Amino acid sequence: MKKFNKVMSVVMASAMTAALFAGCGNADAGTQTADSAPAAEEAASETGGDTAAAGAFKIGGIGPTTGSAAVYGLAVQNAAQLAVDEINAAGGINGVPIEFKFEDDECDAEKSVNAYNTLKDWGMQMLMGTVTSGCSIAVAENTAEDNMFQLTPSGSAVDCVKYDNAFRVCFSDPNQGAASALYIGENAIASKVAVIYDSSDIYSSGIYEKFTSEAANQPFEIVSAEAFTADNKTDFSVQLQKAKDAGAELVFLPIYYTEASLILSQASTMGYSPIFFGCDGLDGILNVENFDTSLAEGVMLLTPFAADAEDELTQNFVTTYKEKFGDTPNQFAADAYDAIYAIKAAGEKAGITPDMDMNAICEAMKGAMTEITLDGLTGVGMTWDASGEPDKAPKAVQIKDGVYTAM
Amino acid sequence: MKKMKIAKTTKNNLITYLIVLFAYLAVQVLLATGNISSLMKGLLVPLCIYVMLAISLNLTVGILGELSLGHAGFMCVGAFSGAFFSKCMDGAMPDGLRFFAALLIGAAVAGIFGILIGIPVLRLKGDYLAIVTLAFGEIIKNLVNVLYIGKDKNGFHFSMKDSISLHLDPEGQVIINGAQGITGTPHDASFTIGIILIFISLLIILNLINSRDGRAIMSIRDNRIAAESIGINITKYKLMAFSISASIAGVAGVLYAHNLSTLTALPKNFGYNMSIMILVFVVLGGIGNIRGSIISAVILTLLPELLRGLSDYRMLIYAIVLIAMMLLNWSPKAIEWKEGLKRYSKKEKGVK
Repeated sequence: MKKFNKVMSVVMASAMTAALFAGCGNADAGTQTADSAPAAEEAASETGGDTAAAGAFKIGGIGPTTGSAAVYGLAVQNAAQLAVDEINAAGGINGVPIEFKFEDDECDAEKSVNAYNTLKDWGMQMLMGTVTSGCSIAVAENTAEDNMFQLTPSGSAVDCVKYDNAFRVCFSDPNQGAASALYIGENAIASKVAVIYDSSDIYSSGIYEKFTSEAANQPFEIVSAEAFTADNKTDFSVQLQKAKDAGAELVFLPIYYTEASLILSQASTMGYSPIFFGCDGLDGILNVENFDTSLAEGVMLLTPFAADAEDELTQNFVTTYKEKFGDTPNQFAADAYDAIYAIKAAGEKAGITPDMDMNAICEAMKGAMTEITLDGLTGVGMTWDASGEPDKAPKAVQIKDGVYTAM
Repeated sequence: MKKMKIAKTTKNNLITYLIVLFAYLAVQVLLATGNISSLMKGLLVPLCIYVMLAISLNLTVGILGELSLGHAGFMCVGAFSGAFFSKCMDGAMPDGLRFFAALLIGAAVAGIFGILIGIPVLRLKGDYLAIVTLAFGEIIKNLVNVLYIGKDKNGFHFSMKDSISLHLDPEGQVIINGAQGITGTPHDASFTIGIILIFISLLIILNLINSRDGRAIMSIRDNRIAAESIGINITKYKLMAFSISASIAGVAGVLYAHNLSTLTALPKNFGYNMSIMILVFVVLGGIGNIRGSIISAVILTLLPELLRGLSDYRMLIYAIVLIAMMLLNWSPKAIEWKEGLKRYSKKEKGVK
């Protein structure tokens, strides 16, 4: 009897495990776009039937909507949804509506791959993501294997677009670093420059490195380069003091706005008032709670998007976004909005139809992406080349009287 | 009587092996028939990783009876050393051999760190191991974030500042790039390799538990003074259990590094939360119960993914389910109820 019980428990336990796996398998069996190349044909017919019935392009998005980086993921999710709604209202891509689904990755590469697989089970044909660089690199490995078209709105690390199926909307980190150094040098803004950057952040250290190497060719000198890490980002008096002692006239801040707002207020307490110069991460500094915006007066930043720009497209976008989500959109939102429109433009150029499988769409989109020209929120006349990098002019803005003003 | 008892543990271990084997076969059947979603397919290797982490931590927590809060730190050490080796040797060695060597290196490096930490700390009485391992996990994570190593034809370059100060040749390659970690590790991990590694870990741990050494380790857990009085070398046995546990975690780390192409030491994957997560697997599965650790690691890894349908609420539900499961498993009332049920069924059998 006892033996029987033991045997039973083994059987039950394995049955349970099997059921766990099988359960999830069956639930999504209908939308097996999934498998890699060999099974693709079979999968294609399945997807074909599926989406033709629905008659829609399935675009997936991935980004952090929970956790510490949720701000960026939510901005992308909202803006992409906004763009999808607009496109659908206007008749969709080639007359076919878009279905958009966004999955959370908690800013974790492992979770990001899970999210990607979930979306594949759903029947995704094109991916608009992921939002953060680290996740984007991990997911790119899978999209390259599956030959899925990927357009990341804000994955700025170099490796995000190393495969030919991946494109991006934002500038790459090195691009921003080099452009900043070039801008400071060409306009002779300062001769002694200090840098404060986050060494634990890919975005920040990526910009810093390129900035430093480009600075060697420019007529200014980096007098101090101080790092902080994510674990220690509330007190910047040491870094500021060093910059001050070195006599820096300009402090370059390739960081996000939360830390930058602290740096600005601590600098003003110290009575140190150099020119502050930042990248797109500084966008949003005027909306920080309890931050005296007068401190940000004169701050320069190189950003592709400013919510206060005068053009009609930006105005419309900002108004609708505010109405719907009660928040001023940041640069991430703008990137996502442009990403969806870039997919639309390339889709129309390539003449894709929803009954094509993801490989065929990817092949068509890859070519079409290099042929389109997009007038978007983050740049006018944006073009892409086969490497996946966008070609657009960086805009420098300065904060004057509490608003971003183009320089 | 004695004979029966040995037979019982053997049978018990056999069940554990069989569960793993059955799970493997079931998945293989599902894969062959194409009845498995891509989400599940993507989760197979992470499942193996978490199972290995859970059973290895159970060796420290359950068998040795010491609390370790830095298990993710050992995983991190293993992951980075294994990935570093793979990155350096990519192309220079056959893939299979390179991956095997990477696994060994990950295990060795994590084991060495385990010994280094263990030598001073395991001599102490009390909860010092918990504090030191907690610090170790955090230090390792931060250390890796400022580590820059590059390779060119002159050999290796090392820096703690930034990748510019490596002074590499133009064709040189940065292998560990500070906060950006290691990118482009070859994708060698597969479910079969994961299962084989689980089997090896199980073999090591279960055989250790049932050996003379294992009994010595458990006697230290149960009564240190009594164990000392019968001449057991406490530090040696503690160190043995702890370093084996660390090196299995290191192997899990190597598997992790070869499953994703980007390896960064974030609080999310190698931080304090991860260590606690592994501890939760162990506690929920039953401290000292290896089979329980396997099952709870599988369930708790799958749960957040299966709850994706609930979007952002899933984190909330996950927490609630966790609390409910803990209560159901470990509250005195629940245990009493389960005991009652067992006694009742035994009585039934007796009547028959």
